[in-house]
Order: sequence, then C-alpha cells, then structure tokens
Amino acid sequence: MQAKVEEQNERKSVRDLKIGESGVVCCLNDPEMGLKLLEMGCIPGTEVKMNSRAPFGDPITIIVNDYTLSLRLDEAETIMLK
Amino acid sequence: MTVSAQPEALQSKRPAVSQKIAKIALVGNPNSGKTSLFNQLTGLNQKVGNFPGVTVDKKTGISQLTPNLKAQIIDLPGTYSLYPKSLDERVIIDLLYDPGSKHYPDLVVVTADASNLKRNLLLFTQLADLQIPAVLALNMVDVAETHGIKIDVPALQRELGVPVIPMNARKGIGIAALKIVMSQELEAVGRLFYEIPLELVPVVQSIKERFNLTNDYLALHFAHQHKNLKFLSSDDMAWFEEALKPVGFSSNTFQANETIARYTRINELLLDVVKVEKVNKNEKFSNRLDQVLTHKVFGYLIFFGILFLIFQAIFAWASYPMELIDVGIANLNELIQENFDGPLVNMLTEGVIAGLGGVLIFVPQIAILFAFIAILEETGYMARVTFMMDKVMRKFGLNGKSVVPLISGVACAVPAVMSARTIENWKDRMITIFVTPLMSCSARIPVYTVLIALVVPEKYYFGFLNLQGLVLMGLYLIGFLAAILSALLLKTILKARERSYFIMEFPVYKMPRWKNVGLTILEKSKTFVFEAGKVIVAISIVLWVLASYGPGNNFEVAEQQAIAEANAKGLTEEQTENKIASYQLEASYAGIVGRTIEPVIKPLGYDWKLGIALLTSFAAREVFVGTISTIYSIGEEENVSTIKNKLMSEKDANGDPFFTPARSFSLMIFYLFAMQCVSTLAIVRRETKSWTWPLAQLLYMSGLAYVMSFITYHIFR
Repeated sequence: MQAKVEEQNERKSVRDLKIGESGVVCCLNDPEMGLKLLEMGCIPGTEVKMNSRAPFGDPITIIVNDYTLSLRLDEAETIMLK
Repeated sequence: MTVSAQPEALQSKRPAVSQKIAKIALVGNPNSGKTSLFNQLTGLNQKVGNFPGVTVDKKTGISQLTPNLKAQIIDLPGTYSLYPKSLDERVIIDLLYDPGSKHYPDLVVVTADASNLKRNLLLFTQLADLQIPAVLALNMVDVAETHGIKIDVPALQRELGVPVIPMNARKGIGIAALKIVMSQELEAVGRLFYEIPLELVPVVQSIKERFNLTNDYLALHFAHQHKNLKFLSSDDMAWFEEALKPVGFSSNTFQANETIARYTRINELLLDVVKVEKVNKNEKFSNRLDQVLTHKVFGYLIFFGILFLIFQAIFAWASYPMELIDVGIANLNELIQENFDGPLVNMLTEGVIAGLGGVLIFVPQIAILFAFIAILEETGYMARVTFMMDKVMRKFGLNGKSVVPLISGVACAVPAVMSARTIENWKDRMITIFVTPLMSCSARIPVYTVLIALVVPEKYYFGFLNLQGLVLMGLYLIGFLAAILSALLLKTILKARERSYFIMEFPVYKMPRWKNVGLTILEKSKTFVFEAGKVIVAISIVLWVLASYGPGNNFEVAEQQAIAEANAKGLTEEQTENKIASYQLEASYAGIVGRTIEPVIKPLGYDWKLGIALLTSFAAREVFVGTISTIYSIGEEENVSTIKNKLMSEKDANGDPFFTPARSFSLMIFYLFAMQCVSTLAIVRRETKSWTWPLAQLLYMSGLAYVMSFITYHIFR
C-alpha cells in the first residue's frame, strides 16, 4: 500500500491531465478495474486525451481510440501515464 | 462478396435446417446498433421472455430470411467482452458454454460500430475463438465514412475469415444482404486470434477431456469462470482448484494478458484495413453540444426543463386516454350489469373488470414515460444525465444511473423498478429499487388531490402561486427527501458485493430511431399489463368478495336497518340504495376487518371506515377514492366535488367535521410513505428474485408511514 502511494505521488495518472491534454497509458495499477479498462481499450501504449469534466469535477470523459469514455476520478487515477 | 459456404454444401445441409428452425444470436457492444438490427430483422414478431434462472429479459423474434426460410433471432445483452462484468452479461456465457444445449446458436451475428472498430473487434475475436459460425455486421459504415474513416471491407473479410456485411441498421441499409448471408449454412471461423499461453496448455487439455469439450478457448473460459458455473458439482469445483494450483492460475493476470494480446492482434490486422483521413466532425458537434448540455448551470436547467416537460406530458397528455379507458370500463360494466344479473356477474364487473380497469388506466402514463426515456436513451442524452448526477447521487449510496428510476418513480414505481436494470452494481441497484417507491407515483395523485381540495384553501400568492399546488409540490418533495435519506441509511447497512464502476462509453448524439422508441413502448406496456395485471386482478377479486359478503345474515340485517332508517327520513330511492350499500359494507368481512384494526389506526386519527380504505389501498393506492366513495355512500359517482361535499359533511362523534386538516394531512402522509401497491411488490420480487426485498420494503415503508402520520396528526391537531 505504502509503495503504491509513493508511486502515485511521483507518477502522473489520467486524473492529473488538464482538459485537452494527452498522455500515453503506461500501466493500470488496479488489477480488477484494469480488466474493465483494458477491454474498453486503455491498453498500455495507447494515447488518451482528457475531454471534459462533469459540473462538480467528477466524473470525467476521456478520448481513447477515437471514442469517448466516461469514468470517475478514482477510476482515472488507476490509469498511469508514461 | 465472398461467402464461405459452398453451394453444394448448402444443398446437402438444407433439409436438416428447414426441419428445425435455425437459432441465430445477436451479440455486440452496447451502442453498436444491435437493438436496431434486431428490430429490423424481426419487426413486430418479438417476444420477451426470461433466461432460465435470471431476471434478464430474453428478447427473441422470428425473422423471414428468405421467402421460404425463417430463423429464430435471440438478442443478447450488449457487452464489451465474453468475460462478464454484470449479471446481464453472464447470460451470454451461460448460452455459449454449452454447445450441446438445444438453445446453442447455430450462428452468431456480431454487430460492430464501424467508427469504433478496434474495440468492437475484441468481442468478435473472442467469439471467433469459440469456433461458432459468425458473421460481422459492420454497422454505420456510411456514418464512419463521413467522418473520414474508410474501411476496406474485402480486406477486413480476408483478415477475419468471416463474411463482413457493411450496413446501417437504423436506416435499414444492408439488411437484405445480411439476411442472405444468415440464411446460408456457414462454417465455423477457421482461424484463431489468440494463442493459449504455453503454461496453460496442459490444464486446458485436461479440462477438455474432463468436460468433453472440443474447443481450447472454451476450456480456458471454464478455468476462468469455474466459480460461476452452476452446472459444476462440488467434485468438479475441487478438481478445478487442484488442477489450477500448480500453474499459479491468476484469472485477473491471464485475462489482462489476453485482452492486451487481442488488441495487439487487432491493431495489426486493422493496419491495412482502416484508413482515417480527417478529424471526426460529429464528435466535434457532440462536444460542442456537451459544453451546453453538461454545463454547470445550463446543463441542470435544461435537465429540469426536460423533467418538467415529461411531468406535464405524463399528467396532461395521459389524462385523455385515461379518461377514455375509465369511461370505457364503466360503460362495459354498465352494459353487462344491465343485461345480466347474479353474484358471478357482480364479481366479473366489480371485481375482475374493475381490477382490469385499474391496470389499463396506467398504460397511457407508462407508454408516455417510456417514450421519453427511450428518446433520451436513443439520443445519448441519458448518458449525460447520469454523468452530471453521478457525484451527487454517490453521496447517498446511489449511482448516476439511479436518476432514471427515481424520476420514473414519479409516474409509476413498476416501470421505474424495471428501469433500474441498467445499474450493474448490485448494491447500488438494490438501494435504488428499495427507495424508488418512496417517490410519489401517479396513483397517489387522486388521494392527494381529494384531500388537498378538502382542507387547503384555494389561495393565490403573488397572483400565480397556488397554495394547493404548493402543498402538492411539498408532498413530492417530502417523497424525494424520504427516498434519498433512506438510500443514505441503506448505504451504511448493506455490504457491497462488488465495486461500483462508472467506466462506460459516452455515446455520440444521434437522432432517435422511432421504430425502436415504438417497440420499447410496446414492450414495457405489455410487461406491465401482464406482470402487474395478474396480481392486481387477483387482489381486486379478493377485495370484492370481502366487501360484498358478510358472516351469517349480517347483510339482510344491514339492508333492513338501512331501509327502515331511509323510510323514517323519507329519502329518495337513490339515497336509500346508497345507504344500503354503506350499511352492508360495514357489515361485510371488510367492515369487520376495518373495525378490528380501528384501535391500531386510531392514534393516527382514522376510524374504521378509513381503515377499510387503507386496507383496500394495499392492493393499489388509487382504490382509495373508490373505497371511500362506497363507504361514504356516494354510489357510483366518483366525481371529486361530490366526494368533497360528502367528506365535508361527515361528522365525528362530537358532531364536528370529521376531515380536519390534522386527519387529512395525516392521511396524505400515510399514503406518501406506505407501500400500498401489490404490483410494485410483485415487480420488486421479480427483479430481486427474492421475497426479502419486497417484504423489507413493505415493513420499512409502512412503519415509516405509521410514525410519520402519527407525528403529522399530532402536530396539526
């Protein structure tokens, strides 16, 4: 757990992207949720772009493989960027 | 277009197919046009049933493929992968895991959205590896092309090894070609898209042997899913544990690796197939629309505007057809009663037909509500609403997707509870189902309006704010508050079975397809009439018997007493009839029960007459007006103003008006909270597949109703 927190501190996740900003997926650090995200196309090496935020900042939408995916911030946090 | 089946092969196999009708399953991602395709293929020849053992709707239909060949089409729930993430999706593997079953499809048609081919092909490659004959229905090719996505269909067909039919299911383009391909006997997909990892090969081999499987990938799925397979014995289960231990089988890791491997493979094979030329125009339009529709201020304003429109429609538009149904049922009853006589006829008219009328009268509201919901879903707006509401709803243990059932609950809890199916998460879904009936449904309206008219003066503030309207709105607000606070309570009580996700595709805005809207209306109304109708009619008959018969010679005594009193007062014939009816009701079994429960409801300010109304209302709230109109001997007239006059003239023991504001508000609050709806209980049982939930709802809501009306009565007294 401790290691995970440190990792998050130094590395960027989709959560940290600004609107319009892109990043490349490096890995997914939640195995269970990762399965769902992989199936939706968030494969390591894929470019994702922050598209919009809901009125209260959560959930968000991102663009993956030319389509729009909506997810919550704590889900976005598990998608680590290179 | 090359189709893999050879004419000679066709000839030889045809007789076998024409003897038993071919079963074709539709599989595809959500939003890939699967429903439109199903509707195009089957039209009105659809049937909604249940998959065995689960409450997932099974939509099947017959499609005329060629002039002399029909096929049965099964519409499977939309999914992104064969590894199920929700109960709905499990239905697919239940069907595909048993090649020997009589339900096993002869062919699967995989729908794929052409503008999103990569993700759509993931599911296709999984199905292909199960070696089921398959066809790829490449949907919305024309739309993709206008967005600069060009797909080389012959190349794709070569890469995939199955027929690929470009089409547009919404417009009906390509359906004819697809039908022709579907009518042919297709071979199983010849190639595999995923190689089973070397370390798993021995395990897969032994699974194949133990369960007599021929397909490697199916055996791998058994390894992944063995804990969820109902047909496995405890021996099998133990065997799996033994067999999987040595290879260090971690389902998550292997699934993740498989998905990555499949995407890599798909990327390779699409390299020469898909050409993207320019930026996505429609997405830009969608984005701009989203900036307004999910805006901090305008987003919510527009949403509440749409809600307002829906309520207006449900209340205003539905009132005409509802009146027609009401009058029609009344006329039918009158016609029967004029021409026939006897207790059986009375049971038919006052029990069965009146009960049936109580079901049918809600059809217009349900139809209108689902028309709106279908349009909002079809256009993609509903996804935006759940997106905007998720954060707020989550604080109360709900989910963005709970918004739809909660809103629908204002019309009727029955379709609302049904619409909670879109919520994948078990805990979120149960909480939503549990609290939805607290929203004030349309059946409470007659109760509210009668009582408000009785005790709230018709006053205007600022010239337009009607006091009666404000009170009515207040009642709706209390219902909403009760719903979300109860959700908060349940959030702390219930344990989560799985994590709540919000990972979903955000669909592009589209024009609604009216055929889909029409079919949704038809399907939901039918479900309501048949599922809820059975219960309502049955209860109506029981109530009729209880209210029409009494022990011993109670009835004759009551009649004579009424006639004697009427003669003494010199009442008209009609007044006498009404008096007899009211005396007989008091003497009936229902009357006796009302008397029995009087001590219990006295603290709320009610007498035995209201007790009867409360009891009959447990079948359905709208029975209230009918019951009090019988009890207060108004006869057949259900006109509110005469009911109002009659209720106003009702006196208590001291000769003061019986319906004081305290009593009336206490009644309104009781109806607001109490679970007085057999149809809702029946549908909750069906949706949760247990009696625990409807019983918990009954106890919780009725308990709440009792406490709240007690408090209300004592505040206003």
